[in-house]
Amino acid sequence: MSPWRTAWRRVRRNRAALAGALLLAAIALACFVAPALLALDPQGTAPALRHQSPSAAHWLGTDALGRDLLARVLVGGRTSLLVGLAATLVSVAIGVAWGGAAGYFGGALDEALMRIVDFLYGIPYMFLVILVMLLFADTARGEALPVFVALGLVQWLTMARIVRGQVLALRGRDFVLAARALGASHARILFRHVLPNCGSAIVVYATLSVPSVIILESYLSFLGLGVELSWGQLVAEGVAVVNPIRSPWWLLVFPGGFLAATLLALNFLGDGLRDALDPRGGR
Amino acid sequence: MSELALLVAALAAIAGLAWLPLSATRVLGAAGLAALAFAVVRHPLGNAAAFVLAAALGALALRAPPRVLRRVAFLVPSFALLVAVTTALMYLAPGSPFAQERALAPSVEAALRERYGVPESALGFFRIYVERLVVAGDLGPALKVQGRTVADLLAPALPVSLALGGLSLLLALALGVGLGVRAGLRPGSLTDSASMGLALLGISLPNFAIGAALVIIFSLELGWLPVAGWSGFRSALLPSLTLALPHAAVIARLARAGTIETLQQDFVRTARAKGLPERIVVWKHAAKPALLPVLSYLGPAAAGILTGSFVVETLFGIPGMGQWFVKGAINRDYPVVLGTALFYFGLVTLFNLVVDLAYAWLDPRTEEVAT
Repeated sequence: MSPWRTAWRRVRRNRAALAGALLLAAIALACFVAPALLALDPQGTAPALRHQSPSAAHWLGTDALGRDLLARVLVGGRTSLLVGLAATLVSVAIGVAWGGAAGYFGGALDEALMRIVDFLYGIPYMFLVILVMLLFADTARGEALPVFVALGLVQWLTMARIVRGQVLALRGRDFVLAARALGASHARILFRHVLPNCGSAIVVYATLSVPSVIILESYLSFLGLGVELSWGQLVAEGVAVVNPIRSPWWLLVFPGGFLAATLLALNFLGDGLRDALDPRGGR
Repeated sequence: MSELALLVAALAAIAGLAWLPLSATRVLGAAGLAALAFAVVRHPLGNAAAFVLAAALGALALRAPPRVLRRVAFLVPSFALLVAVTTALMYLAPGSPFAQERALAPSVEAALRERYGVPESALGFFRIYVERLVVAGDLGPALKVQGRTVADLLAPALPVSLALGGLSLLLALALGVGLGVRAGLRPGSLTDSASMGLALLGISLPNFAIGAALVIIFSLELGWLPVAGWSGFRSALLPSLTLALPHAAVIARLARAGTIETLQQDFVRTARAKGLPERIVVWKHAAKPALLPVLSYLGPAAAGILTGSFVVETLFGIPGMGQWFVKGAINRDYPVVLGTALFYFGLVTLFNLVVDLAYAWLDPRTEEVAT
């Protein structure tokens, strides 16, 4: 049986990871399908219906402009999930190439590449994200693309370090030497023999990186630099209306609940995958 | 495109360092460290004392082991790289610090640029900024706040940010290690599941949502702590707790895993077999190796706390460095942005260096610090 099949069996036996995967699937399905099925409109304002608490007509209540919160939470979830996924893909692409090259070729190249990673690690990433977002300030404010790029550009550092460590450990193994003895090119050894063996580490870290990207996006939204209509933005709006007298609590609780449930599910799934793919673990 | 030229040159310089032979690295690193120390302490201590201190540090660096040396040699170039990258990004971004509602006459704008040392080209700005910083130790004028220098603006914010960050880091460590070790001592118990559930929740919520929840509970409902502002210890508690909780959660997870692994090792069995009390076994024998992963997380945690402080300072209305960075970035106030950048980067770099040294000291086996 292949290692992936073994891993899949172990994931299925890990109830927390399975629950996480199912919950994630349910939330994604709700976000991408339900708004169309229920004919929900996230933008339609209704001045008469400002700050309505949850009711049969508006399941999760309405916001300051009378917009339906359920529709906004579901459509906002699309953005958050897509941002998490896209930025993670960007970070995997950069991180695997960078860390793979550093670990495989070693020596001064490794040193040079990892010093740049160390340098970027020393900058609080919010700082870089805001600077990169400034580049798009005129052309694409509030759109998703700059956020994907900016978050992906800061998220790859840990991936590069992990991949480098794995490649470094694999580089001297017999099967790599055998491939080299057979005259395989560097590219072939790296992509066919070394990187596939790092697959589990990459998958695990990518899964755990999605929630941190979603949280970073919410920070940007809180500072007014994020994507229009995401969970982060909705939670930030909910936080802004907290007041001592009569808080419209649903504006904070529902988007926050969806966000937390998604991130919890992703973290459960990531932890479960890590346990399942760990070659040492027989648990 | 002078911005891109600047960026490429700075990156090439940093990467090129890796090809230098060890002996050259040794001399360069020592000289760089001495120069940096001299520049930093010259104003508070005076030239003579700063020179002595810098020379002593340089001599010390000459004898450092290669691993430490490479990091030290990297120090000065990385500050230059930071200024270069930040300058290039700011110049590439649309808008300029002199853009106003009413367009300025070209001659007026040229005069302003000349007076504040902000020429049209990124390379020119880089040269003027670095020269001013190195020769005079001056962070330059603030472009958008009339008649103030960057140092004037940042000086009151510095202790605020340091206090907030330091308190958060301490809270994160205390909470995380306490919870994590207790959980790791009894894996599978109720304490374990409860603390790990809490930890998972801590990394699954954005900090401003946690902060809002804390404000609702402790300020609005119970009335124990102030809602916002910065006036003494009581007002610092909620913001630092907000900043600390996500990192406490990560630390708890690391401490738990480390504890479980260490308690299975032979030397722990030996210590128990000797009949030592469990308290001594855990805190004297097992704690040090069990907490090494926590130590290596402290560097990223410090960077993360600084990142989070942008948000928390805004949420609680705290007059720290973060607000100046965000304001500076939005106003294109180049010297203000660079001043805050140097502060954040210097803090994280210093912290990483200390953590690295501590790691090498605590765990003599390590050649390369793991991530």
